[in-house]
Amino acid sequence: MNIIVCIKQVPDTSEVRIDPETNTIIREGVPSIINPFDENAIEQAVQLVEEFGGKVTVLSMGPPQAEAALREAMAMGCDEAVLVSDRCFAASDTLATSYVLSAAIRRIGEYDLIFTGKQAFDGDTAQVPPGIAEQLGIPQVTFAIGLEVEGKKARVRRLLEDEFEVVEARMPVLISCVKQMNDPRRPGIKAKLAAKKKEVTVWDSACIEAKACLCGFDGSPTRVVRTFAPTRDIEGEKFEGEPAECAVTLVERLIGEKII
Amino acid sequence: MDFTFTEDEQMIIDAVHELGSEELQPHASEVAEAGEFPYEAIEMCREMDIFAIPVEEKWGGLGFGFLLWGAIGELLSYYCQTTGSVFGAHVLAQYPIMEFGTDEQKEKYLIPLTSGEHIGAFGLTEPNAGSDAGAVQTKAELHGDKYILNGTKIFISNGGVAETYVIIANLDPSKGTRGLTAFIIEKGTPGFEFGKDEKKMGWDALPNRELIFQDCEVPVENVLYKPGRGFRVAMGTLGVGRIGMAVGAVGLAQAAFDAAILYAQQREQFGQRIAEFQAIQFKLADMATEIEASRLLYQKSAWLKDQGEKFEKIASMAKLFSSETVSRVTSQAVQIHGGVGYTREFPVERYMRDAKLFEIVEGTSEIQRGIIANLLLRENHI
Repeated sequence: MNIIVCIKQVPDTSEVRIDPETNTIIREGVPSIINPFDENAIEQAVQLVEEFGGKVTVLSMGPPQAEAALREAMAMGCDEAVLVSDRCFAASDTLATSYVLSAAIRRIGEYDLIFTGKQAFDGDTAQVPPGIAEQLGIPQVTFAIGLEVEGKKARVRRLLEDEFEVVEARMPVLISCVKQMNDPRRPGIKAKLAAKKKEVTVWDSACIEAKACLCGFDGSPTRVVRTFAPTRDIEGEKFEGEPAECAVTLVERLIGEKII
Repeated sequence: MDFTFTEDEQMIIDAVHELGSEELQPHASEVAEAGEFPYEAIEMCREMDIFAIPVEEKWGGLGFGFLLWGAIGELLSYYCQTTGSVFGAHVLAQYPIMEFGTDEQKEKYLIPLTSGEHIGAFGLTEPNAGSDAGAVQTKAELHGDKYILNGTKIFISNGGVAETYVIIANLDPSKGTRGLTAFIIEKGTPGFEFGKDEKKMGWDALPNRELIFQDCEVPVENVLYKPGRGFRVAMGTLGVGRIGMAVGAVGLAQAAFDAAILYAQQREQFGQRIAEFQAIQFKLADMATEIEASRLLYQKSAWLKDQGEKFEKIASMAKLFSSETVSRVTSQAVQIHGGVGYTREFPVERYMRDAKLFEIVEGTSEIQRGIIANLLLRENHI
């Protein structure tokens, strides 16, 4: 079974701040990590290959520093790593990013499954996984919490807002993973040291035959007008006293506000 | 002398920091309070290959030195004293097999101790043989191709939990240290049972158990090193064990210091943070200075060991100084916290209880002073 996992290197989510002047994320001094949902994607891929055999290729688009995230993915069990990196990819929106990643996936070649995290922690759009599937013309199943593989068929349990949905898809299929899907492994020291010695393949736009007009700023129809940290307009209210009394007060208020 | 770490070593240290802060520290109080062996924490250490650090790659190890091993042990004790103490006790079985074992013994016992599949323990202490190792009464008698062991060990760290035991017994108690012999004994060997698990002032979750040998048959191939040369095995093991104790003491002292300097900047009295009072500042300065000196001592002893040089004197100095440091530092950490420091709401009272053992275990402070003085007089003999 050949599996491709797409990952993104993001600033450590617990330390993200936005510069009020420029409305961009302050990246200086913030450690970079693998997007947490992508770790679930890696774990799922590695578990499948452990069970069925095959190969996991981990793929990322990003600056040269993203190599660290790819090495971490290899320490977690991915066999090979590809970084697509080119100055012309800078400022890509979700459409351009999925174009570049799909071009890289075509270059990688044969695959049965593509795993991604459900969304990136920094951008939070959840648009790239469906974008990749559309560009490649393959089925997509998003928000997967469970997966069974049978021959060339994938049976996926999706985590929706109020319910689970079970769908089947013929491979190759792209599956985006939620964090409840599994518990990503913490790589051991031996695996980390071995991953440091492994090669990371780096491809630029020419290697993946990406058209410049579809990459980066030129290939991105989205324009970010403004980025800002949300302000809280309504202050929370705290009821104090005995729990039973508080409950009564709360219910009265909710009825008063016509919420219930 | 160089205590800097390579990029690979630093990566390992960073990974253990992550493990400690995310997985060990959040449960440290709970583990100690429950007083139960931290199987989950040890499993996580095993998955991270933490027990493989100082062992040759040939036996499944990572081939790093004791300087890195010390840094890792310090971090484990810093984040969770219980995990650190298990790590410290484990090496007391791992090291003698690594140092004195035959290839067959290494294949059978060192590999699983290095992967962490098996936990190790070392048994020397008896009711009447603590500081006086030559007084070991556990008797080993040769019968054909087996030794038959009879006797009782006490206070054995990791006892009951460990799968592999290095046990010091005596072929002839009248010969004192010259009769001592080291044996590798597996848990489950007929005639080998576990007795009382001590209830202690601190180190609550580390088992310290009685080991009872009653006509316990041990094959001759399980003699570690040579019959009658167990004293050398024991002393070699305790030499490294002393580095381990110093490492644990420094980790615990650092945890107490960090708690104290944080609290001193949060707590306000008389209209200012107590960290602004010189009385508190001087305490903090002394604590940090003593910790730094203790760390340098254990690093020097580990470095000497890694260079293949004599390290025993500095290891004893490190053990002596760091164990007395951790007692002072944890006591001052409680003092800086005041009343709340004496409650179980804050971890410093536990640190203070845990600290005392460092002055007793693996050679009391008095024994260390004796060893240091003997070595000094030998070096300066006129």
